[in-house]
Formats: sequence, structure tokens, C-alpha cells
Amino acid sequence: MSIFIDSDTKLVVQGITGRDGSFHTHQMIEYGTQVVAGVTPGKGGQTFEGPGGARVPIFNCMDEAVAETGANTSVVYVPPAFAAGAILEAADSGVELVVAITEGVPVLDMARAHAFARDRGVRILGPNCPGLISPGSSKVGILPAQIVAEGPVGVVSRSGTLTYEAVFQLTSVGLGQTTCVGIGGDPLIGTTFIDCLTAFEADADTRAVVMIGEIGGTDEQEAAAFVEAEMSKPVVGFIAGQTAPPGRRMGHAGAIISGSAGTAEEKMKAFADHGISVAQRPADIVGLIQDALA
Amino acid sequence: MDIHEYQAKERFVAAGLPVPPGRIATTADEARSIAEEFSGPVMVKAQVHSGGRGKAGGVKYAADAAAAREHAEAILGMDIKGLTVETVLVTPAEDIETEAYVGVLVDRKNQAATFMVSAEGGMDIEEVAETKPDAIRRLAVDPRYGLLPHQAYWLANFLYDEPGHVKQATKAIGQLYDAFVNSGASMTEINPLITTPAGDVKAIDAKMSIDDNELFRRPEIETMRDTSAEPPSETKAREAGLSYVKLDGDVGCCVNGAGLAMATMDLVKYYGGEPANFLDIGGSSNPDKVVAALEIITSDPNVKAILFNIFGGITRCDDVANGIVEATGRIDIQVPIVIRLTGTNEELALEILEKAGFSAYTSMDDVVEKAVQLAAGEG
Repeated sequence: MSIFIDSDTKLVVQGITGRDGSFHTHQMIEYGTQVVAGVTPGKGGQTFEGPGGARVPIFNCMDEAVAETGANTSVVYVPPAFAAGAILEAADSGVELVVAITEGVPVLDMARAHAFARDRGVRILGPNCPGLISPGSSKVGILPAQIVAEGPVGVVSRSGTLTYEAVFQLTSVGLGQTTCVGIGGDPLIGTTFIDCLTAFEADADTRAVVMIGEIGGTDEQEAAAFVEAEMSKPVVGFIAGQTAPPGRRMGHAGAIISGSAGTAEEKMKAFADHGISVAQRPADIVGLIQDALA
Repeated sequence: MDIHEYQAKERFVAAGLPVPPGRIATTADEARSIAEEFSGPVMVKAQVHSGGRGKAGGVKYAADAAAAREHAEAILGMDIKGLTVETVLVTPAEDIETEAYVGVLVDRKNQAATFMVSAEGGMDIEEVAETKPDAIRRLAVDPRYGLLPHQAYWLANFLYDEPGHVKQATKAIGQLYDAFVNSGASMTEINPLITTPAGDVKAIDAKMSIDDNELFRRPEIETMRDTSAEPPSETKAREAGLSYVKLDGDVGCCVNGAGLAMATMDLVKYYGGEPANFLDIGGSSNPDKVVAALEIITSDPNVKAILFNIFGGITRCDDVANGIVEATGRIDIQVPIVIRLTGTNEELALEILEKAGFSAYTSMDDVVEKAVQLAAGEG
């Protein structure tokens, strides 16, 4: 089992003919993801040649792609200027999940896109996220497949490589994952920690969860309260950015301490106060998960 | 990206907001001649990207042009929270009856542009929120409809009783929202929005931060960037497409990914060191990027050791290792470098690095501990 994506996921790739889109479509097909369609305006009727003789039809617009192929999920590799438009189009096409990889989407564009998707009951993951992978069944996005394995741990994170770090360490000691989800480093994101925790709690195969947060905003604090109130499964938490100065954006658009709010310290305290085991270093995550599962 | 008060006021004026006239000066004599043109008392205001200008003595009332010259003389070159004042704004001093606060920012929780207004103007809004939360009225603007007229009126009504004031403030609030959206701002505020004895409502101070992600489509705002407000290394990093923040420590950090970069800095601190910087080189193994990163890190004289922490996912470790070897061959580096690579093809990568004479590690803790020792001269 897994959350959000599984072997029934039928994926349409928006921006399939671009450099990133085509590279990662190869990787996703290799992993076994059912990539059923691609969309690039003006290139409808062409075919994307994937690994192992895979042939993916390309459509001009999402509506056609979904109608022709029954796709239920989309992934967006469209440049920032056009990304919000692509997300709106996807949310209007009948897919249930839109995974937005693109970094650098204007935040006011995203405010509109999130409202639009909410009205239609469509889940957005991201933007500015690595996507997600359910080991053994499907991957959508850019997470490296070699580092994951099937197993009982759910992973949710605002970061990319820091997540890979944690996942790699888990896999190295034989602790596989149900699903690893990167929710993205932007200030306005579609799927939150709480959405993922809710799904992990409901997923029968997930026995423990790793939650990796960072400075900026209060999502971690709210997630911590949720863990205590609603979750039976153990959660291990880590927060990046203890040494980040206030007022400076640390790479991710959302990783900024505003005034006195959003510090690593207050997040770690919220974790500890609500019964989440706090890893002081990334290397401590594995041991805490082992303890939780023992 | 933060813009200066005078630049934010330009955006306000373009949206129709009532802003008193003003001009900038970079010398005391210029400030005097501007004050002479305004013929009356003026304010001389330091233009720096920092709060607390007033407390630092960077905002002064001048009764006449001679006084304006004197104040400009004192303010230009002044250090305010580590920033040198290069420019002052000279603007007619207004008679102030009341001071209110009107601000808009992108609120994470509402996922929308959100207004905050308060009749308690002239002070820090975070402080008002803390001490008198009831003195603030908030409104999240539905991005599907924008700010509606009755909403602007509802906000203005919270600020004023006098119908004339309410009417002018309603209009100003709508104009502020336009300025916010049309500038691609992430935050803007008028503090204070004043009323004058003559019954006018005016915006006499202005703040605005632009969403960096908007700049590609707003070249007119990109030109407002003041690179004197940031270390040259940060300017260079931005031009090289690297995400870099200079800090005060001595362990230079070069990491792929923002989250991992922060975690690496934290680990430096954990082992008793201080990070010299945040730097995300991104996911590529391109030697040019590594060269740029190393040049930026080594331009900081505090750096005593350089630490690479790379997770090879889609980008394979051996590619990254080759990139580092090539890059370090191209520039002369005087401080020790330690490298940690893990992920796909890490064994191959270690071989490449060791052959090139580097200390290479696979454990993040080991490499950080080593870098901290080297920076302390104990390696």
C-alpha cells in the first residue's frame, strides 16, 4: 500500500518534450510508472519514445489527453512563466492529482491556482517539489528511484536532497518506505504535512512516519498538534535551518524566518511538546525510527 | 527583493495613491537644493533596506533648507544595522493629525493576499499584533475576485469615523492592492497612513518587498535592485544562478539542495563550528557552477576550510566528483577542502576523488566534524 499514487496511477506529463520533462519521463517509465500521455501545446499527434520501446502519445491540451487515455494524475515540468497556467489546465481536466515540480512560480499565480484547484476538489502537490514515489509501484516527479525500497515507513518533507539523504539512510539499514512525498519549498503549497500525515495514518502498511521540516511558516507546528490529536502511528521529526539568520531566504522561497516567526527552535519545541521524537541530526533519524518500530 | 521607500512610493503613485512629492539625494548639497524647491519644512529620510531607521537617527525633520543639508550630511554614510546609507529621500513635512497602518502580505495559511489595518499607526505592526490584537482588522482577498469595493470600505471603516476620511481611505486601500498586484509584491505597507488637519488622507511612508519569482516578467522592477545593500559575493552568486547567503563563520559550505544545505550548516554548529555561508549549487554536476561556487566561497577571507556535501540522486556521484576535480584544477585554492558524496555510484566517486588527492567521505557527520577541525587549525 501507499499514499496518493500506486500501480493504478495513470500519468500525463505536462511539458513532456522539454529537457527536464523528457529526461524524467524516461526515468519514470523505467521505474514502471504508467505514463499514458504527454502534453505540449503545438506538438499534439507526435509520439514520445521512451525506454524499452515505450511509446507515449502527445496531445495539445490536457482535456484531450485525459479523454483519450483516462489519465488520473498529471506532473508539471513546465517553465515558471507557464507553470501556473498548466496547473490550472490540469485542475480543469479531470485528473485527481497534479504534481507541480517547477521551481520559481510567482506566488500570486499560485494563490489563484490553489483556489481554483480547491473549488474542483483536485489535489496539488507542490509546486517546487521533487514529487513522490511509492516504492515498487509508481514514481511521479524527480526522486531518485535507486535509493528507495519497499517497507513500512512513510516519509514527508519540504526538501529534496535532504529527503533523499534520510531515505537513503533508511534504505541502507533495510527500512523501506510506503511512500516518500516531497511537499515543496514554496510558501503556498497544495498538499500540506497534515494532508500527508492523514493519508499515512489511514494507510494500513505505514507503521511509522518521518517528517522533515524547515524554517518558515507554521505548518510544522500545526502538523505537530495534529500528530498528538489524531495519529496513532509514531512520528520522527527533523527541522533544517537552526543556523539560518532571520529575514533571509534560504534557497527555498518559503524558507525564511519572518520577524520572530518560523524558527527551527520553535518548530522543534512544537514537535517535542506534541510527542514527536526529534532528530538532532539527519543521522539520528534511522535510530529513532528503529526505536519506534521496535 | 526589497525595494527602497522612494521606489515603493513610485509604485504607489503609479497606482494613484496620495503620496506627498519627494526626491532623492546622494549628497548634502543636493538635499539642500531639493529642500529649497519644496520651500518649507521637509523630512530627510535614509533609504536603506532595514527597519528601525527612525530609532537609528536616519529620519529627521528639517525646518529649512540649511537644516536639511545638515541632516543629510549626518545621515549619508551613516551605518544602520550594517548597511551604509547612500541615498536620502527629501519630502515635504506633513502636518499629522492621526496615523494608521495599512499593509498587505501573502499569507501562507489563507493562501491569499491578506490585508492588515490598524488605527494604531506609526509603530511596528508585529508589536501591535502582540499587545493589542483587537486593534488589527484582517481580510484575506479571494484571488478569484480580487479586492471587492465593500471589503475596502469595511477595512477603511475600521480606521476612521469621519466619512470623508473613510471615503479617501477606501480608495487608497483599493489602490494599494493594485500596487501590490501590479508590482508582484509579497508584502507592502503604508505606515503611517495619515490624516492632516485639512482633512486629507496621505501615505507618508512606504515599504515593499517583491516576490523574487516575479522578476523575470517585471524587468522595470528588477532595475530597482540596489546591489549596494548586499555583499558583492551575493550579487555574484545571483548572477551565477546560485543560491547563496553570506554568514559570519569560517567553514565554507557547498551543498546540493536547500534543505540539505541548511542541515549541513546546522551540523557544522553541532560540531562546534560556525558556517561561513549557505550555498545551494543545485542538481547539476557542471564544473562551471562548481568553479563559481568556489570563487564565491573563497572570496570570503574568513573561510578557513571548505566542505562539500553532495547527495547524488539523479545526478550521479561520479559525475559530481569529476566536476569537482575539474573545477578545483581551474582555480587556486589556499584552504583545505573536504568532500562528502553519497548516493548513486558513490564508490566510483570516492575513487576519483582520492586519486585526485582529496579527502573524501561518505558520512555527513564525519566530513562536517573534519571540516570544523580544519577550520580551527586542528586538522
